[in-house]
Formats: sequence, C-alpha cells, structure tokens
Amino acid sequence: MSALSALAKRWTLPPSAEEQLTKKAPPTAAQSIKKWREFGGSSAKGKTLVWMRRASQVFFFFLFMFLLVRTEFRASFDEAGISPEAAAGVHLDQPVSVFLQTDPLVAVSTTLAGHSLYTGLVWAMIILVPTMLLGRFFCGWICPFGSLHQWISAVKPNVKGGKRIRRNHFQKYMRVKYYILVAMLVAAVFGTVQIGLLDPICIMVRSVGLAIIPAINAMTSWFFDAIAMTNVGFLQNVADWGHQARVDWITGKDPIVHGAWFVGFIFLGLLLTNRFITRFWCRGLCPLGAMLGVFSKYSIFGMRKDHEKCTGCNLCLIHCQAADEPQGGAQWHSTECHMCFNCESVCPEDVIHFEFFPKRSDVYADTDMTRRAMLTSAAAGAAFFPLSRITAEFKENFDDRLIRPPGSVIETDFLERCIKCGECMKVCPNNALHPASLQGGLEGLWSPVLIPRVGYCESTCTLCGEVCPTGAILPVTVDDRLGQNDHPLLRIGTAFYDRGRCLPWAMDTPCIVCEEWCPVSPKAIWVEEVTVTRRRQEGAEEIHLQRPHVEPDLCIGCGACEYSCPVADDPAVYVTAINETRNPDNVLLLRNADQTGGGY
Amino acid sequence: MLKTGLRAGAGLLVPGTAAGYFLDREKRTDEMAAAQVRNYSVESVAAHPDVVMVHGSDPLQTLERTLSSLGGIERFIERGDRVVIKPNIGWERFPEQAANTNPMLVAHMVALCQRAGAEEVIVTDASCNDANRSYHKSGIGQAAYNAGARVLLPQPHRFREMELGGGILRRWAVYQPFIQADKVINMAIVKHHSLTMVTAGMKNWYGILGGTRNLLHQDIHQSIFDLAHFMRPTLTILDGIRVLVRNGPQGGSYDDVERRDVIIAGIDQVACDSLAAGLLGRRPDELRYLRMADGVIGHTDMNRIRYREIT
Repeated sequence: MSALSALAKRWTLPPSAEEQLTKKAPPTAAQSIKKWREFGGSSAKGKTLVWMRRASQVFFFFLFMFLLVRTEFRASFDEAGISPEAAAGVHLDQPVSVFLQTDPLVAVSTTLAGHSLYTGLVWAMIILVPTMLLGRFFCGWICPFGSLHQWISAVKPNVKGGKRIRRNHFQKYMRVKYYILVAMLVAAVFGTVQIGLLDPICIMVRSVGLAIIPAINAMTSWFFDAIAMTNVGFLQNVADWGHQARVDWITGKDPIVHGAWFVGFIFLGLLLTNRFITRFWCRGLCPLGAMLGVFSKYSIFGMRKDHEKCTGCNLCLIHCQAADEPQGGAQWHSTECHMCFNCESVCPEDVIHFEFFPKRSDVYADTDMTRRAMLTSAAAGAAFFPLSRITAEFKENFDDRLIRPPGSVIETDFLERCIKCGECMKVCPNNALHPASLQGGLEGLWSPVLIPRVGYCESTCTLCGEVCPTGAILPVTVDDRLGQNDHPLLRIGTAFYDRGRCLPWAMDTPCIVCEEWCPVSPKAIWVEEVTVTRRRQEGAEEIHLQRPHVEPDLCIGCGACEYSCPVADDPAVYVTAINETRNPDNVLLLRNADQTGGGY
Repeated sequence: MLKTGLRAGAGLLVPGTAAGYFLDREKRTDEMAAAQVRNYSVESVAAHPDVVMVHGSDPLQTLERTLSSLGGIERFIERGDRVVIKPNIGWERFPEQAANTNPMLVAHMVALCQRAGAEEVIVTDASCNDANRSYHKSGIGQAAYNAGARVLLPQPHRFREMELGGGILRRWAVYQPFIQADKVINMAIVKHHSLTMVTAGMKNWYGILGGTRNLLHQDIHQSIFDLAHFMRPTLTILDGIRVLVRNGPQGGSYDDVERRDVIIAGIDQVACDSLAAGLLGRRPDELRYLRMADGVIGHTDMNRIRYREIT
C-alpha cells in the first residue's frame, strides 16, 4: 500500500500554490514522535526484517561461541563404540575455524601475501559475492563482534537525545577504517600479514578464546573452590556439581595464557567505547567492515526515501547503528550501512524503504577517502615491512625460544600466513601454545609460540595444523611427527641440559623424570650409569646415579622434558628452536643439514 | 534489569545447588583426619590361593580363569559395593603399544563386578599426558563406558590434600574416588622403567596422586613403598598380555612390546609385583621398593604365601 501511494505521488504533478494553501499543515516532529510512542513505526516490513536480523545475530553469535568452546578435543564415551577411524587418531568433530575461513579479509590478505588461496578460504566468497549485491549485511546480521557491540551499546545507553543524534550522523573519523585497510593490505603485498590484529573475527577468537573464556573458567573455579573449602558436605556437593558444569560447558582444561591481560584489556576497551559512540569499532576502525564497504559500493539493494514525508523527528538517527544518514533530506551512505533495518522499522511517517534498485539520488556510495590520506596510509603499510624486517629480533634467527607449532612453515612464509587468530592456541590440548609478545619481533605479535614450561607439545598431536585456517601451520600427520613409515622426522627444536641445575648432574640426586617423559622411541634422552661419592653432612656415601643426555637426532623438541623437570623455576632441561626442520638456516648438526623435512 | 538478573541468578542457583546435592550421591567424609592406611583388602583364606599367575592366549578367557582360580569375583565384590578400578591410563598411546592397561581386560572386569552386584563401578586414573587424549587413545574410556562403568576424567578439584604419614609422602593431594570407595581394584600393566627397572602394581598408585609428582623420582622407592603402604587394594590384577620391555614407561614403538600372554593377580600386591619383575627378567631383590615392602606390606617369596601358577 505504502509503496503504491509513494509511486502515485512520484508520478503526480507538484501541487499548485492554491492547493498547498488549502491542504492540511504537515505533521510536526513532535507529532511523529507521539505517533511512534503510541503505534510504533509504520512499516510492518521493517519490523519483520528487524526481528529476522535479531534472530540471525543471536544464531550466528551462539554458533560462533559454540564452535569456539568446542575448539578443544574432548574424549566422548557414547554408545557408538570405537570405530577404527576414531581410534586411529584424535580429531575434532566440528569445523571450528569456519568463521575465519569465510572471512574475506583473511582470504584476501593472505592471498596477497602468500600468492595462493589456502584450502577452505574459498568459502570467503560466500560473504564477498552477496555483499556486492546486498551491502554490508555481514556486519549487521552475522558478525559476532558486531553483535556484541550492538548489544552492549543497547544496555542503558548514557548518550541520549540531541547528543546521540549528533554522534549518529556520518563523521569524518569513520574514514579511518579505510585507511587501516589500505595500510594493512599494502603491508600484506610486501609479505607481512597484520590484519589479524584488527580483523573482528580474529579479535573475537583470540580475545574470547584466550582471555575471556580462561578468565571465566578461572573465576568459576575459584568460586567453587571457595565453596568446597567450607568442608560442609552439602556445599562440597554443590562445588563438585559446579566444577563438573564448568568442565562440561566452559573448558575441559584450566588454561593460563601468556599475556592474556593485554589481549583481554584491548578487547574490553573496545567494548567500552560503545558507552560513548554506538558501535564505534564498526564505524571507525574495523578493516573488515571497510573492505565490505568498498565491495558494497555498487550494491543493488538500498534505501529509497520519501523526503517530503519526513518531519525531522530523528527517530531513525537515534536507532541508527552505523551512522549512515537514514533521515529524510540527506543521502544514505550505502558503504556505511549495516543493513540492520532499525530505521525502516521505527520511522512513523513511512519515509524509509529498503528495496532493490533504489533511486540513485537517494544513495551516496563513496568511501570518502581522500587521495592524500590514502597514499599516506599506503606508505605507512609499505614502511612497516622493511622497518620490522631490519630489526635484530627478526634477523638474528629470532628469539631462541621462538618455537613454532609442528607443521609451521618457514618464518618468512609463516608471517605471510599467520593471522594471529589463536585457534591453534585454543585447541592445544596441553596449553602449550601461547600468543607471542615480542619473541618474533613486532610482526610476530600474538603469533603462536610454544612455552614448554606451561605445557609441552604432544608428540602425536596434529590438532593445531588441523584448525589453522590459513596454512601457517600445515596439517601434518602422526607419521610426519614421529618420522615413521618413510616420513622425514619433524623437529620443532632441540633439548639442552643445564648441568649446573640438573639434580643428577649438580646435586648427585636421582631424578630422570625427563627421561620418563620423553615420548619418542627410542628415547632421545639416554642415561649414563655412574657411581659417585655423594657428600653429605653425615659423611660421604657411594651412590648409583643415572645422568641424562640428549641425542639430538632423535629429539623432536616437544618440550615434555622441560615441562616435567622438577627444577620448578628455571628448568634444568630446556628446548630452543635450533635444529627445527622447517628452517634450513637453523640446523644444528652438519649431518642433519639435508634433512629439512618437506618444507616444514 | 539488575534486579531481574539477580532474581534469575538466585533462581538458577537454588535449584542448581539442590540438583547438585541430589545428583551427586557421593558420601563425604572428613579426609583431613584420615588414617594412614586405606584398607580395602579381603582376608586370605585357606581354600583359595593368595596370588596366581595364569597363562593363556585369549585375554578374556585368561582373566576369567584367573578370577575363578582365586575363588571367583564374589570373593572380592559384594552386592551394593561401590567399586573403583584403577587401570594405568597414564599415556597417550594405543593399546598395542602397551603403555596402558589392556582395555578389553578393564571392560571385562567392569562387567564381572557388575555381575557380582556392584552398585557402581568407577574407572579412573590421573593421567600424565592430557587425560582426554589418553582415555581416548588407550581405548579404556570407551571400552569401560560401554561395559557400563562410570568413567571419570581427572579434574584438579577432585584432589584433596590429606595426611598419608609416609616416610616421604607425609602430606599430599590424593584423588578423591580412591578415598571414598568400598572396593578398589588395581589393574596395572607390566612395563620397563629406567629408574625402578620394573613398574607394575605398586607404582601404579602414582596415578592416585596430584600435586608435584615430578619430585617423587628423587626417592622413588620410598614413595612407591609409602603409596603401597597407604593403598591396600581389594585385588591386584597385572596385565602381562603385552609387556613393554624397553623405552618404558611410555614406549611408543611396537618394537618395544613383547607378547607374554600372562595375567598375574592376587591379594598380595608385593607378591604380584615380584612375579611381574620376573617377567622382565629381574629378581625381586634387585628392586629396592620390593625389598622395603617385603614382610611389611606383603611377601616377595612365593613360598611364604599360597601361590599357584596355572598354564
């Protein structure tokens, strides 16, 4: 009906002066707002779309959270029995990286850097192609980070009325996201992928997976431990039940994460900006939003406005998520709009219509980048590459403790692929992988690094390569890891003894826990049987001792020895990255020089 | 908004605590004042041998014969018992790699206990490697579950500090199911171990400890003695079907495994371990923890107990 009348209006001649005089005065803004208070907006279609959008947001948010929580291996004992396939190895039963695989920014930037599109990233087209037709629907309907921003900004907003309306107009700072995008893509062309720092899906996986979930887990754990400490039978049952629920619903391990505070505070800080500007992140900073904005420039779906009906009540602006100028008398910014349909839903005068092939004059489809700023940001991206590569952290074989996960490609390729999403760290069964601080230079911030003191690399585990969405860690097999069935042995480092701290070496005390834990067969740690005279205050005694040694050809660098070493603070056996098979420049022994695996 | 949240929270918490109370029927005791011995053992009787070593190529049949020669499962399990079975699930290894107890034996033992009328059979171990992976790859988690056991994955909150009063294990965190059971069955596998030469039943009790277990190697024999002194199981069953003869206790290669087709079982864990030492070509007096335990916890000399070897 409304569409028909609008069409009729468009084709009738403008009213003459006489007619205008006799016509009823148009409604005022105050009347519009009163109308909205009493009847709501006038568009039934808008209301349906808003509810569909909300349902979609909730669905995708919980899908994301479900997959993130399931990004860890759990033994399940159901009636199905052990199939030979299940018994053959440990695998995840959900495609947990699917959000990252459908992220077009991940696909584009890693392709720019690595010159190839990694398996699975083809799915990013699912987002990219419809965006060209429909606009930034991903931001408003799917993006879990966007949904989180939207919900948080809706909780008791402290910016209201005229101030809120002013802030919800399009503003210049919103161009910043395009400049960020340009800088990061240019850096990617040179071979350093940094989009993971700011890509919303990467931020969500990393922050929620490595900071928020572990924090919630720790809080819950402390809470139930406190209850259990009461030593009241009934309360201990409550604690047991609570702990079990925590294990079932949050995480089956007790993760602690290197630098979690940093990741977590940045995340919470970004969420906090919603107190001042609704979805500030999405409007001003998000490089994925920027990219989708560029792609939506020529979308065929958009807004038509009946400008003359608009009373200037500004309800659409109050509810606008993206500051895209939905109100009458202005052009709608198609590259900014998240397609949330709030404006169409609330408009009491039926001004706003979303339809295919809208009127050209209603749409402003430009990103508003200035050429000068664009060149500056491209230059910044270009400068980042040499500046980070000429630093010592990169050139001097990196940090000796920069132990990459098994299956990682050589460092230069690794930096072309790793998006620092944290999937590998979330899935690691032993809590061994952590987001690096500056061990890998500035470029390697938050990329995965093995910290054996916290957890060792399980010698037959291949989960990190399985979940990696970009191929920075390749999906290796157990045969690769153990060098069996004609596969070359995959080494990630080599163990060394600090004989000044090792109990059998320095203190004449039996130990060799490291030998017990060494997972390869034959063991890379062998013991020398010695009889020594041990001095004690009560007198010397002859004792039999076993002193451990490393055989470097057998050592895979898993760090089980370092993990299990009872010298708790600074371990007597430790692993460094030397002799890792991925890097021919990091070979330790001449006889291993030609054994650099299959490129990993 | 805040009020609604609080109300919802209270609404969840109250039925939640109630549900927790009723769902988890474990009886709680004050572990702090626990004695130094957890005695789940049964009496030695003249009609049946104390310890047997049974040879046989079919593992399940061998287990059946083992138990019937000891006087049947009814000698050990009573109707309504809460039984905890402690297999070795220490490492992330396949059954054929013989680092963990044979899953078929564990599952069959669960079934036997249930046949004898056990109210609940728990199968659990505090693994060294990631428990999820170890339970999965060892096949024990699935097999025991299918047999009807309650499979518990170890969690930090299930360990309670308690006084053990041992020579070196004075106060240590102990895995709670082993403190609150009616019957405990130790189902270990016979393996090589560099430090102790042989690991079998008594060293398997390492798996009931939490805390910094890696310190115990410094006085491993004393710690094994302390543990075996503390835990007196109803029955010890040693899996000698496949024996890990080198690179223990993890192995990893099929070459490290030899098939021996033996099950050793009985009520004297020291005697069982002495026989296990024999499987790896060691005399009991070569192992210090057995020398310490001889005459205190059990006997290393088969002439001093009722022992039968069945082929």
